Formats: sequence, structure tokens, C-alpha cells
Amino acid sequence: MNPLELAGARPGPSFTVTFDGRPVEALPGQTVAAVLWAAGVTSWRSTRGEGRPRGVFCGIGVCFDCLVTVNGRPNQRACLVPVRPGDVIGTQDGTGHGETGTQDGTGHEEARHAD
Amino acid sequence: MRTDLAVIGAGPAGLAAALAASARGVRVTLVDAATRPGGQFYRQPAEALAASRPEALHHGWRTWERLRDGLAVSAVRVLTEHHVWCVERTPDGFTVNALLGPEQEEPVQLHARAVLLATGGYERVLPFPGWTLPGVVTAGGAQAMLKGGLVVPGRRALVAGTGPLLLPVATGLAAAGVEVAALVESTGPRRLARHAPALAGKLPEGAGHAAGLLRHRIPVLTRHTVVRAHGDDRLTGVTVAALGTDGHVRPGTERHLPCDTLAAGHGMLPHTDLAESLGCRLDGLAVAVDTEQRTDVPGVWAAGEATGIGGAALSLAEGHIAGCSAAAHLHGTAPGPAPAALKARTALQRSAAALDSAYVLPAHWPEQITDDTVVCRCEEVTAGAVREALDLGAGDERTVKLFTRAGMGWCQGRMCGTAIAGLAGCAPTPAKRPFARPVPLGVLARHHPKEGPS
Ligand SMILES: Cc1cc2nc3c(=O)[nH]c(=O)nc-3n(C[C@H](O)[C@H](O)[C@H](O)COP(=O)(O)OP(=O)(O)OC[C@H]3O[C@@H](n4cnc5c(N)ncnc54)[C@H](O)[C@@H]3O)c2cc1C
Ligand code: FES
Repeated sequence: MNPLELAGARPGPSFTVTFDGRPVEALPGQTVAAVLWAAGVTSWRSTRGEGRPRGVFCGIGVCFDCLVTVNGRPNQRACLVPVRPGDVIGTQDGTGHGETGTQDGTGHEEARHAD
Repeated sequence: MRTDLAVIGAGPAGLAAALAASARGVRVTLVDAATRPGGQFYRQPAEALAASRPEALHHGWRTWERLRDGLAVSAVRVLTEHHVWCVERTPDGFTVNALLGPEQEEPVQLHARAVLLATGGYERVLPFPGWTLPGVVTAGGAQAMLKGGLVVPGRRALVAGTGPLLLPVATGLAAAGVEVAALVESTGPRRLARHAPALAGKLPEGAGHAAGLLRHRIPVLTRHTVVRAHGDDRLTGVTVAALGTDGHVRPGTERHLPCDTLAAGHGMLPHTDLAESLGCRLDGLAVAVDTEQRTDVPGVWAAGEATGIGGAALSLAEGHIAGCSAAAHLHGTAPGPAPAALKARTALQRSAAALDSAYVLPAHWPEQITDDTVVCRCEEVTAGAVREALDLGAGDERTVKLFTRAGMGWCQGRMCGTAIAGLAGCAPTPAKRPFARPVPLGVLARHHPKEGPS
């Protein structure tokens, strides 16, 4: 029994997205994290400091461990973002803004609390 | 957008509250970050997955059907994919500030005369060596991915930690085809037996879980703990060991269990950010409420696990009572909640308290965290660095944070707060986060144009 059979899922036709350049099959409605899990992938980020692999931890948008780059946009939470046909998903290195870790100037810098 | 009552969170508590208030003639808007109502307990598969038997992953499906159908015929306006980052008081009520998901860049405002916070909670996981390896997930996270995305993280799993949530997670994963090598519970069998009536009371489905464990032949190791998760770039196995009566690992009892998944959890913590920024008083780590589920801020109610961890049934009762009280306040009438809800709340609160004392964190747990274990997952701060800061005189979570950056990352200390407090030897304190979600600076700048981005 797999989860799709267990829940009697009859999703529409699957489509293809890519993960680090290789094609991966996706079902409509799944999040990026679900698609990657279904493809046997459990990590898609390397940490800023030690370059360690990470993937889903909390599964509900709280821990930010599952950050991933989708269609060139870094820092997307894979457990929240629904997958779309043709998505280009890539492992996120560090901040996802290149080696220097500088911001990309798109105004998407986030305000967090630092004290 | 305007409404009378903004209910934030569409889990059991928020759904019950919205339906109760709407049935009493109040204009209700129900706001949730998720794509569908249901919250954690009633999390539904994405619509496009067209699940014809979603109930196979659930307990209490009848209740969900009642809520779902009630919502469909009610006048409640449902706003899904609205991530609320802050609720502000205004002269004539409240402004709910949200970001449209999943991008969370576009702001939306909802103006309400009253607010009901039903934001639920998130899972607590105590660190152990190897807990950052891919393949180690929170128990609730495994459940959420299964219920929502119909996926599992691997083939052979261990479910470990402490608390009642481990039971449905173990049986859920097994039903979905995962071989569950063991359920590892740190609480001892005698302690559990002593609290069995409370367990049965709080989890009417408890008997079902017990049967599920048997049916799927899931071995249960009580008074055991995870010592270390192994693997290089991915989890390959876990060492578990027995705990002595003194709470220490009993030497010589370690054993290695190969697995590709570890679903770990040590209870839950309430989401209180929105309440805190509104100035609501907390009671410990939960939002403080009176018998009508009112917070101490006029016009603000709270219900469900935001006010204390107690399970879905308690959340439903509290939500109903809160919804009735808010409706009465808005209409200037007497609350009159269903007597059954009042009775249920009293009984369920009692069993929640009993459960709370049954499932305690293993004594001496901070000692198990080796110096090389990363405790702050975001900023990659090790237990060694935290201990060094403590040696240098940092005496609490906040000072450790200033010394080491632990708790300053993306998750804002939600994942490491308990561990840092434990290492520091003090009780966890509320984090006082001004925003419940990261907010793009552009949104903040537009939000308070005169003050500029803060
Ligand atoms: C990941 C996870 C899985 C769980 N699975 C189970 C299970 O399978 N079985 C079980 O018995 N118990 C489970 N629980 C326990 C569960 O929390 C309760 O039993 C029950 O769901 C609590 O109901 P509630 O209404 O208080 O909160 P919840 O059900 O948690 O609902 C809260 C809702 O508020 C929303 N929310 C929170 N903050 C915001 C915000 N800032 N903006 C917008 N929306 C917001 C959330 O999206 C959520 O839908 C799980 C808990 C977690 C964390
Ligand atoms: S897994 Fe925690 S935010 Fe996605």
C-alpha cells in the first residue's frame, strides 16, 4: 500500500519538473517537498556555514529548513509551495544569493527580529 | 475588507468558533495560511490529488464532515493562503495584516471589530546528535506531509520521542506502507499505565491506535530514547537505549536500528506571536484566557492549542465556547454556549493536565546533547558554543542568543528555544516576536510610510 492508494487518490495527469537539471515527475496539487520526497530526494539545501544538507523538518512552514530555489527564486519553503508544470527546482547553496551571500536587490529581503 | 469577527486559524478550534459565531448572526471571516481549512488534525490532501478516501488517513472523520459541511452552508467567509504576520489594535477594532501565500509578498488587510486567535501550535523536538540529517523529521511533519501531500519520507522509519502524537504518526506511516521499526517512547510503562484513564479520555481514538500498533506489528520501546542518528548526508540508522529510573541512559543497552526515516517529537508548543504582539497576557507559554476564552485584551478571544496543548477535541470545545462568547459580545447578549461544550472542556482539560504530567521530558535531557550537536538549526550553533557562552556568564536564552546568534535565524528560535533554555538550566520563556511571519521590507515600508522600514 502506498499513500496515494490508501487515500484513493485519482489525480490528474502527472507532469514534469526538473530538480538540479534532471526530470522529476510531479502530481498536480503536491508541494515541491512532496514531489521531491516522492522522487526519493530528501535534501535540497546546503547550509550557509557548514554546507550541510537539509530538507523537510517540520513539514508545516515553521522551521525554514526546507528552503529551496524555484525558478530562480531562492528561499522558498518547499513544504508550502505548490509545484507547477515546468518548474525548475534547484538545490539552494547557503543564502541562495551566490557565493558572496549578498542580497539580490529585488526587495525580497525579509525583516526578522534580531534582538 | 471588513468583518465583525476575524477568526485566525482554521483548525478544529477556529472552525468550531467560526461556525458558532456565524450561527449566532455574526459576520465571520476565517483566515488561514494553509490551502484548505482543517488545521493540523484535519489536514486534507490537496484538492488536485482528488483523494476519494481521505478518511483512511484520519480519526474522527464524522466530526470533520460535520464541520466541513457546516462551513459550506454557513455565511462564513474563508480566506485560505493568508499568512497573518501581525494583528494591530485600531480605534474601532483591529487590523489583521496578512501576506498572500505561498510567495508571501503581497499584503492584505482585514478590518474586524473583534479577533479570535486559534493559531494552534507546533512541535517541540529536543536535539540529539544527528538530528539535522536529512531523513530526520518531526513526527507531526511526517504526518502533515502524509495527510496533505500523500507522500512518505522513506521505507523504514523509527518514531521516537515522547507524547501522544507519536501513536497516530506511527500507525499512519505504517498504514501508508512504511515499515515502522519501532515506536520509541521515553516515558516508562508504569507511568503511562498510571495515567491510562486520562489517555483514554483524551484520545477516544487511543484504543484504535493501540489496535493499529498491534495490527502493523509495531514494536513499542517504552522508557527508551534516541541516543544518536547516524548517516553522512542522509540518515542510515539510529542508536536507541534504555533509560534508567534516574533518567540517565543505562550503559550497555544501546542498540542500532537501521532506518532511513526518524520521525521525532517531544510534545507541542503553542503559537502565541499574534497574541503577544496584541499585548495579551500569557500563562507560561500559552495565551491566558478566562472561562469564556477571552484574553485580557478587550475584543480578543483565543481557543485551541494556542491557549494550551490538549488535542483536537479540547480545541473544538474551546472554539465553540469562544465563538459563542464573541458573538454575545458583538450583539450585547449573553453567551450561552452549548452545555455539552462546557462539560467537554472541563473533562478534557483535566485529562490534558494528567497527560501533561504523564509525558514528561526525560530527566537530564540536556546532558544527552553532545558539544558537537548543532542546537540552533538555522544559525548552526552547537551545544558546545552555547555552553561556552554560559561559561562566559550568559545566564538565559536571551543572553545566549546575543553571544552566539542561537535563535536569531529564520525560525526565530521556534526550533531551538527549548534546548537553549534547557542547556542554560532555566525555564523556556516566551520569545516576544513582533511578527508571526518574516515580512518583506517593502511591505513594512509601505505599512508605516512615515516611519520607514524598521
Ligand atoms: C504538524 C502537526 C501535525 C499534527 N498531527 C496530528 C494528528 O495527526 N493527530 C492528532 O491527534 N494531533 C495532531 N497534531 C496535534 C494538533 O495540533 C491538535 O490536535 C489540533 O489540530 C489542534 O487544533 P487547533 O485548532 O488548536 O490548532 P491547529 O489544528 O494547529 O490549527 C491552527 C491553524 O492556524 C493556522 N495559523 C497559525 N498561525 C497562523 C498565522 N500567523 N496566519 C494564518 N494562519 C495561521 C494554521 O495554518 C492552522 O491551520 C498535530 C500537530 C502538528 C503541529
Ligand atoms: S519543513 Fe519546516 S518550513 Fe518547510
